[in-house]
Amino acid sequence: MFGFSSKQLIGVGLFLFAIFIGVPLVIGATGRWDFYFTLTSVALLAIASAGVWLTFYIGRINIGQGAFALIGAYVSAILVVKAGWSFWISLPAAGLFAAVVAVLIGLPILRLRGVYFAMITLVLTQVVTLTALALPVTNGAKGISNIPLPSGISVFGIPILPDFAAMENTKLAFYYTACIIMILTYAALYRLVNSRLGHLCRSMQQNEELASSIGVNIAYIRIVIFAISSFFGGLGGAMFGSIAQSVYPSSFQVADSVNFMLNCFLGGLGYVFGPMLGTLVLYFGWDLLFEFGKYQMLIYSTILIVIIRFLPNGLLSIRFGKGGDK
Amino acid sequence: MSPLLQVRNVTKKYGGLTANNDISFDVAENEILSVIGPNGAGKSTLFKMISSFTPTTTGEVIYRGERISNLRPHIVARKGVVRTFQETTIFKSMTVRESVVVAQHLRARASLAGYFWGSKTAKNDVTAFGKYADELLEFLGMSDISKEQASNLPQGSLRALGIAIGLATDPKVLLLDEPFAGMNHDETMNMVNLVRSVRDERGVTVMLVEHDMPAVMSISDRIVVLNFGEKIAEGTPSEIQNNEKVIEAYLGSVDDEIGM
Repeated sequence: MFGFSSKQLIGVGLFLFAIFIGVPLVIGATGRWDFYFTLTSVALLAIASAGVWLTFYIGRINIGQGAFALIGAYVSAILVVKAGWSFWISLPAAGLFAAVVAVLIGLPILRLRGVYFAMITLVLTQVVTLTALALPVTNGAKGISNIPLPSGISVFGIPILPDFAAMENTKLAFYYTACIIMILTYAALYRLVNSRLGHLCRSMQQNEELASSIGVNIAYIRIVIFAISSFFGGLGGAMFGSIAQSVYPSSFQVADSVNFMLNCFLGGLGYVFGPMLGTLVLYFGWDLLFEFGKYQMLIYSTILIVIIRFLPNGLLSIRFGKGGDK
Repeated sequence: MSPLLQVRNVTKKYGGLTANNDISFDVAENEILSVIGPNGAGKSTLFKMISSFTPTTTGEVIYRGERISNLRPHIVARKGVVRTFQETTIFKSMTVRESVVVAQHLRARASLAGYFWGSKTAKNDVTAFGKYADELLEFLGMSDISKEQASNLPQGSLRALGIAIGLATDPKVLLLDEPFAGMNHDETMNMVNLVRSVRDERGVTVMLVEHDMPAVMSISDRIVVLNFGEKIAEGTPSEIQNNEKVIEAYLGSVDDEIGM
């Protein structure tokens, strides 16, 4: 089915079962309702990380995803609060806006390679934060708060999506929404990587000169990939703003951009689902070390360094061995 | 008959250094033409200008009546003029077959979105790519290493892979960058036969940059000789061998160098 082996199908089935049925059951039994917020955050950060992973796939280190997440969060918030749009329409709009910005920024900077590209993307988050502080439409340092919860959508009187404000358990609703968007994101990513575009990305990652000699318009593919990557960033950011019901210039900072990149490293750059696992481990790892107080950062960084030293291909390389690309 | 490819008064300057000065020659269809010259004579620069990997300072390269210099490499490749590289320029972590499949980019009929959604054209393309890759690898005698990762290949096979990648684009003109460098006599002879069959059986016009004199003499229809960025001679192998300017400026010094 869909070109998957039965083993893969079972894996996907188990995964879907775990996040849609298993997690709510466990949370219901243990009463740890705060886990919904944690897991929702993981899902949303994993969406943004998927974008970063994709830029890695064309051989570019992207430390600027926080910028696009912030852009997405603001676009969605402004459209909902000031223009009265439905959140569900503002969500793809936020992604598209982030993609358009990525095209404009990408045109001059994507020809840079290695550390030069990385340094410029590192600055992007700060630039967007400062822009948000300066522009009237983003409300400066006060940010945009009191964003209404997503309203329902119905087509010809048939409800398609429920009104979140009328719901008893918005945490569960947000959790499901975030998971569904995450799954769609990773399904799209998996498909992309295994289609011709993905093969061309691989060829560019390995040798841009040779890729252009076989007729690949590398500048065009780079822009397309960077736009898709930023679309994911905008999507994740917009969803985040909706859950927090507020957006501030500090909602996504340089540290978040760095984390998005670390999620990819940790999970494994060779595996489509690497960033998902990386985000989960990194997010929970940080929380679990909370009790170490002032040593939290020290222990956390040491563990990261050890993992990257001994598992340079990421956590998933334990499971799949070296060089797999699933 | 007008020539297939014309190099017209091409000059390349890097700051004060002149890498190529006013070079002109023609390449006829179905010809094997070699560009030779000592190190630093400007051969590689010339190749880069023909494939638009670097712009000319002045002058132009014409292919079938169209200017192909000062464009972008993928556009020149699309027109049918494709270069290969020396052995280190490969898709390292792809297998031989994967490399040849991905290199058929120009043969794709479906759009990139078509591949994403799995359109019928895309599916047909994928089947055709696989079939053509197998056919091409068989033609090049590489079927037995088709599943090898490129980074594990010995030097000779890497060169052949470079040619396979170039041929996968269905070129009309193939530019080979030092295809015999570092090869022993047997490997060189295999490569000479391969390049000949590329021309004879697939109708590809071949231009090559090379150091290896005996190989060049045996394979070329015509030879262009560069020295210090200038063209000093052009002609058939026997004309070149008896050209005094060449003997003086180039062949003599090479003989001393390699002790022939």
